[in-house]
Amino acid sequence: MYQGKAHKVGDHIDTDAIIPARFLVTTDAAELGANCMEGLEPGWIKRIQKGDIIVAGENFGCGSSREHAPVAILGAGIPVVIARSFARIFYRNSFNMGLVLLEIGDDVTKIHDGDSLSVDADTGVIDNRTTGEKIQCKPVPPFMKGILDKGGLVPYVRDRLAARA
Amino acid sequence: MPATLAEKLLQRHSDTEITGPGQIVRCRLSLVLANDITAPLAIKAFREMGAHDVFDRDRVVIVTDHFTPNKDIASAEQVKVCREFAAEQLLAHYFEGGNVGVEHALLPELGLVGPGDVVIGADSHTCTYGGLGAFATGMGSTDIAGGMALGETWFKVPPTIQVVLTGDCGKFVGGKDLMLALIGVIGVSGARYKALEFTGALATKLSVEARLTMSNMAIEAGGKVGLFPADAKALAYAAAHGRTGDEALEADPGAHYERVVTINADGMEPQIACPHLPENVKPVSEVAGLRIDQAVIGSCTNGRIEDLREAAAIFKGNKVAKHVRCIVLPATPAVWRQALAEGLIEIFMDADCVVGPPTCGPCLGGHMGILAGGERAIATTNRNFRGRMGSLESEVYLSGPAAAAAAAVAGAIIDPAKI
Repeated sequence: MYQGKAHKVGDHIDTDAIIPARFLVTTDAAELGANCMEGLEPGWIKRIQKGDIIVAGENFGCGSSREHAPVAILGAGIPVVIARSFARIFYRNSFNMGLVLLEIGDDVTKIHDGDSLSVDADTGVIDNRTTGEKIQCKPVPPFMKGILDKGGLVPYVRDRLAARA
Repeated sequence: MPATLAEKLLQRHSDTEITGPGQIVRCRLSLVLANDITAPLAIKAFREMGAHDVFDRDRVVIVTDHFTPNKDIASAEQVKVCREFAAEQLLAHYFEGGNVGVEHALLPELGLVGPGDVVIGADSHTCTYGGLGAFATGMGSTDIAGGMALGETWFKVPPTIQVVLTGDCGKFVGGKDLMLALIGVIGVSGARYKALEFTGALATKLSVEARLTMSNMAIEAGGKVGLFPADAKALAYAAAHGRTGDEALEADPGAHYERVVTINADGMEPQIACPHLPENVKPVSEVAGLRIDQAVIGSCTNGRIEDLREAAAIFKGNKVAKHVRCIVLPATPAVWRQALAEGLIEIFMDADCVVGPPTCGPCLGGHMGILAGGERAIATTNRNFRGRMGSLESEVYLSGPAAAAAAAVAGAIIDPAKI
């Protein structure tokens, strides 16, 4: 269960906005996190409290394949992103990195900047504590749930390698 | 069931019978790629997975092309991680220094990717190889690490948008303009999670280089892949670049398409994507007169020899406007050498262009051409997101090589026919 304040951002937030290329000279999560959303608005990170939640419009995470994007969001202390929709590579990267993504389509308009949210990643239920509204998002496909249950792609591959040995 | 090209390509690499979009299948990989930004994270994940050896040292490729020649100490450290891993794993295809090209221009040229392949790369423009009839797509570093260790990955079978290319391209219109026109129609998320499949009489006529340019920008429409059939032209290209055993491949007649979009080249003007999304596409006449500070000609989208020829034809006998910096980056050593042999480099020098080494550098605001606040660039690259090439207060306009060269000469965006 996650609880945090909603920070709304717009449509087509690209990975250059999430973490500009000039910061890609490290793989360190804390360093990347300190510059999260620097390409959207310099100093954006200063308003974030650990546990806060990004709520985005359409196609969040479009652009480059840089895994540094979900790593930067996690490094900034943000465990969950809710969006109308996500770009494909970003979705898969986040899934691998353990960043929880909830795709809710038009229901995204039911969340306002600053709302207090509580998110159950297992059931996919978002409880908007400010408005009292509950939003149910689509479940993760079974194959992907299998990877999640293993603890992510790293342990999944480790198991497949062991099975081959 | 008649199959789309995407389905046929995946089926060749999977033991599971492919039944249609949405299905998740495991596929064997022809090649796995990473670069100097994404490989260090992939190598870290590879270790965490407990992997010791890559699945095939001939089919794991690292190209250090983004921040190279190393722009600072931190980027040099990242390349060092790549170099040491390549040495440890005895990778047959590691590129650093004089053999570096921009990865998606380099790999087709070396015959490392080609018709019928399934390729994943830790770079979103891996979709370029669809121009040769390969199912090629970008993924993040951890997926790439899994691919390096296992030689396989999972895919969700995508639905397909058929793009019918018709008509004929005018003198200053090419693959880039057709693709920008398409993105203008379907938008930056129009092909999200989907395959684009290019067909039509004009698709057959396009050169392989123009096809690579178009497939390269499938991701700018949100696409997973942008596929051209592996036809006679693609097979001839593959054979000329040292490959053997490739076969022709196209969609079955009657395959199901989620949507059909027609792009007609007849009478099309050069297309310009305006800030700050690749879908903000306008014909050049609507943006003509906008003063520019910089022009960049190169990248995985438009840094091949045909692109340089197109630019050189504009520069011949002309000079870059005094207030403009024009940076020309041939995308690979072979392209550089060919441009030199054909006298194109001399034309660029005579026109007062800066001619640099193959690098992704300025495209992603890495180095070799960063923009200050208030500056405007025209570029043959693929993204014009806010701040992509430098300051958040700068602007990038995307175009084909002729329009970029013409703007460099005029000092402002202009129809190349007017130079």
